[in-house]
Amino acid sequence: MNNQWEIIGGEGLLFFGKMSASISHEIKNVLAIINENNGLIEDYTVMAEKGAPFDPGKFRSLAEKVALQIRRADGIIKNMNTFAHSIDEPAKSIDLSDFLGFAQALFARFAVMKGIALEPKPSESNLMITTSPFFLLNLIWFCLDLSMDAAGPEKTVGLSARKTDTGAQIGFTGLKDLGKVLTGEFPGEKEKPMLELLKAEIKIEEEIGEIMLNLPRDIGL
Amino acid sequence: MKILLVDDEEELVSTLAERLSFREIDADWVTSCEDALKKVETEKYDIAVLDVKIPRISGIELGRRLKEKDPEMRFIFMTGHASDDDFRAGSAEVGADYYLVKPVNIELLIEKMKKVLED
Repeated sequence: MNNQWEIIGGEGLLFFGKMSASISHEIKNVLAIINENNGLIEDYTVMAEKGAPFDPGKFRSLAEKVALQIRRADGIIKNMNTFAHSIDEPAKSIDLSDFLGFAQALFARFAVMKGIALEPKPSESNLMITTSPFFLLNLIWFCLDLSMDAAGPEKTVGLSARKTDTGAQIGFTGLKDLGKVLTGEFPGEKEKPMLELLKAEIKIEEEIGEIMLNLPRDIGL
Repeated sequence: MKILLVDDEEELVSTLAERLSFREIDADWVTSCEDALKKVETEKYDIAVLDVKIPRISGIELGRRLKEKDPEMRFIFMTGHASDDDFRAGSAEVGADYYLVKPVNIELLIEKMKKVLED
């Protein structure tokens, strides 16, 4: 059991670091855009001081662009805060459909970097389960990382949440190259202790190109 | 001096290009590796300013591919890496003189451009 916790804790820390680094990159990009727009305001101001005609429309447009980036940063930081607090409680009641939307937003930058579109599929609402939010995110990431490599020429991964007799299921669909990328064992050594902690199960349907993550209604912690 | 700016953040490269034009530097911009590779088929650039992290292939790999198409082209890399360790690792890979951390100071960028052309 101790060894299992070491694996889970170690993987969890790696995951936390990976997400934090990605979020900091996103914030840096927002700051870089604000920096350029601010620089452009300075440039226009210097030109106006030298006698160039003053165009209020340009300043209004720049102010709108800065406001857009502030809203973008606010969304990134809100997700970062939700992610940081996901470790607070060992188990918590969540709406899986909402949670999947949050996970999609959190992993969006990784998908963009791989040239993959994440496509939310119609999911059942009010899909309440009690689970460990942080480790569920980690497990979704493991499945999604593999799914993005298996997306095939359409470069799209579908994500859905549905009710099952014993809880709920997350589906990763459209994985046309699943057969090609499944060279090693999946779930492997890093996923198995996490599956045990979450009392979850991964099913792989190579023929239809889908990974299914089955979750219980309550992990009972 | 003619510059190609490559970053998947359109708002960043378009604004930077406009600011460079005020400083009499001719800059084009694209937001993907594919467009960058297409652009150099028809245009000659002295320097490409590349984001290290762009979708599908890295900025450094894009630099290699652009270099194959135009061996005279020089490169400056921009990164969103936030820590000193990240900066040291990245600058060691591409050369510290040609590596800038976002948000970029435009005067420093121009200084680096001049230096890369002198070298």
